[in-house]
Amino acid sequence: MKAFEASDDIPLTALKILIAGGFGVGKTTMVATVSEIEPLTTEEILTTASAATDSLVGVENKTTTTVSMDFGRITLWRQQLQLLLFGTPGQDRFWFMWDDLALGSIGAVVLADTRRLDDCFSAVEFFEDRGVPFVVAVNEFDTAHRYTAEEVQSAIELNPDVPVIMFDARAPFSTQQVLIRLVEYALTLSLRSSPASEPALEPPAPTPSPSLPSASAASFDGNPHRAL
Amino acid sequence: MPDFTDEPWLAEDTAQLRLYALTGGRTRPARALGLVSRVRAAPGLAPSTVDRLGPESAQVLELCGREPRSVAEIAGRLGVPVQVTKILLSDLLDSHVLVPALPPREADGSDPLLLEAALEGLRSL
Repeated sequence: MKAFEASDDIPLTALKILIAGGFGVGKTTMVATVSEIEPLTTEEILTTASAATDSLVGVENKTTTTVSMDFGRITLWRQQLQLLLFGTPGQDRFWFMWDDLALGSIGAVVLADTRRLDDCFSAVEFFEDRGVPFVVAVNEFDTAHRYTAEEVQSAIELNPDVPVIMFDARAPFSTQQVLIRLVEYALTLSLRSSPASEPALEPPAPTPSPSLPSASAASFDGNPHRAL
Repeated sequence: MPDFTDEPWLAEDTAQLRLYALTGGRTRPARALGLVSRVRAAPGLAPSTVDRLGPESAQVLELCGREPRSVAEIAGRLGVPVQVTKILLSDLLDSHVLVPALPPREADGSDPLLLEAALEGLRSL
């Protein structure tokens, strides 16, 4: 069939941006702040043997859990682009879901809360391992001690390339800047690497991260760099 | 100690049964659809075709009548899991009630030209 049969069907190219991070760090807020539509909760049923589950009444002998993602979008009409935002749970048992999401995406915003910095390690590790461009955005909660971007960078042991941005997930301008930084960084990486290859990021050194100076309630016990 | 605040919740059995009915017991869509695959209503649908649709399909058609929408968005608006939504959309594509939106291929997010355009768009918001 021919294109443009429907009067208002401008072909928009859809691009994915992932918003990842621990629980309660502001993923839903961030998606809601920048999305042009009321943010939606998109659910996926996972068949799993590990989580606590109920058996389904004679339907299947598999067990299932439901995992929720936040969904929002930004349409850039002049550029004929649509940015699709996915807020994803930052737990490593959902990584197989991220794999699908990360494929073909612009990259990811890893949200961090300085009070619980270790919550973002698994997300950082995931994107580093797969060469997915990401920025770390520190959602500055009113009650949290303020750290500098450098302090956060060294605490997470980030590649010095990776942008660390302080922001407020409730503020549209602030959140927009985070997305701009991510796209700028993804563009830098894409121009740096040959078109056929993935951006080569240094793998993280497999050592436990040091704790932030004082005030931080986060515990850095154990090795955050778990093998996949 | 793990904390259980971020645990996925368990769906009710009744809801599960409804989904099972919705897909006729199928667990996989016939077509390869991703979360960002977009569909829209086929142009010039006969009213008789529309009348025969079930409530969820009719809702999908209404959603996609004016603009193409992604699988993720449709799933969210229907309040139906992604996988079930994919099966539903796959059927509607097969029966030509929906057509794939253009461009049909999933875009490459590392394409510098697309990134330039995205940057330009985001800066002018």
